[in-house]
Amino acid sequence: MLRSLLFALLLLAGPALPGPALAQHLEDRLADPAQEARAREISRELRCLVCQNQSIEDSNAPLARDLRRIVRERVALGESDQTVLNYLVARYGEWVLLKPRFNLQNLLLWIGPLLLLLLGGGIIFALYRRQRLAPAPAARALDAGEQRRLAALLDEDRPEPRP
Amino acid sequence: MRLSYLIPLALFVLIGLGLAVGLTLNPREIPSALIGKPVPDFALPPVQGRELGLAATDLKSGQPSVVNVFASWCVPCRVEHPLLMALRRDNLAPIHGLNYKDDPADVAKWLDQLGDPFTRTGADRNGRVGIDWGVYGVPETFIVDGAGQIVCKHVGPLMQWDIDNKIRPLLRDLAAGRQSQVKC
Repeated sequence: MLRSLLFALLLLAGPALPGPALAQHLEDRLADPAQEARAREISRELRCLVCQNQSIEDSNAPLARDLRRIVRERVALGESDQTVLNYLVARYGEWVLLKPRFNLQNLLLWIGPLLLLLLGGGIIFALYRRQRLAPAPAARALDAGEQRRLAALLDEDRPEPRP
Repeated sequence: MRLSYLIPLALFVLIGLGLAVGLTLNPREIPSALIGKPVPDFALPPVQGRELGLAATDLKSGQPSVVNVFASWCVPCRVEHPLLMALRRDNLAPIHGLNYKDDPADVAKWLDQLGDPFTRTGADRNGRVGIDWGVYGVPETFIVDGAGQIVCKHVGPLMQWDIDNKIRPLLRDLAAGRQSQVKC
């Protein structure tokens, strides 16, 4: 029992254990470790077009391999990260970027959550204010009938005096 | 009942409609970044056993053309192949082949056995030209106008419906020089 529990725990912990070495693709690495690191960094930002929710760094698809090679070549040529990304955006559109750019077209995507938050907050604030500003009903003295009813209600609740 | 009580309902319907439309979209279909842009600059040698290669200049002849990205290892290409043969017999526009990452002997055999619908055929052995065209899977089919601008891109195998409702009308419109209503 204990052993199988331990095994289950290990299974759960498996994916969380550090294992980037397993996911590395070993084809034509760049000689310069700094450039290689940059190429990997860029590849992690690019969507694999075949298996859509993976980056080309994570994907085994042949197209992803070709794209990684292109990224490495361009990095080796000394191009900036942005230039390399632009090269692929020109061919595959902004869709190829895993993190959408902040521009006019994507504006709503970026500030949408903030707008919704402001809208919701505004509605709550307006409701709150309206409730506070609403004139409280004017207080007046109870008339004779109401006095009698109040007294009767109060009497009802009063415990019987003990003998 | 006050009208403002209807706001949540209206929001619900609106969001529901939005999500319903979203569900019908095909996430595999990526809009091409190249629509309305000139074809990329490229020049490819012919595939084995053929005379005419394919280059960007061949697509700027003043005549609209179809560029079909295919490979002998691609099963859907085999599905659309008879339709390309039929389209060729219509003589609406030349069909050019962009042979993507293929083995020279395999593609020669493929064209010999199944028939060759292509006027020109460029061999893209390492897939670089394909990437310049924004290809992310074969088959893909592009419609290029006479000036060499990419007008339309079809991802996946062409079906009879696509030929009848997209490719043919678009090529006719391009040949007649009128603005096309065909959606790509």
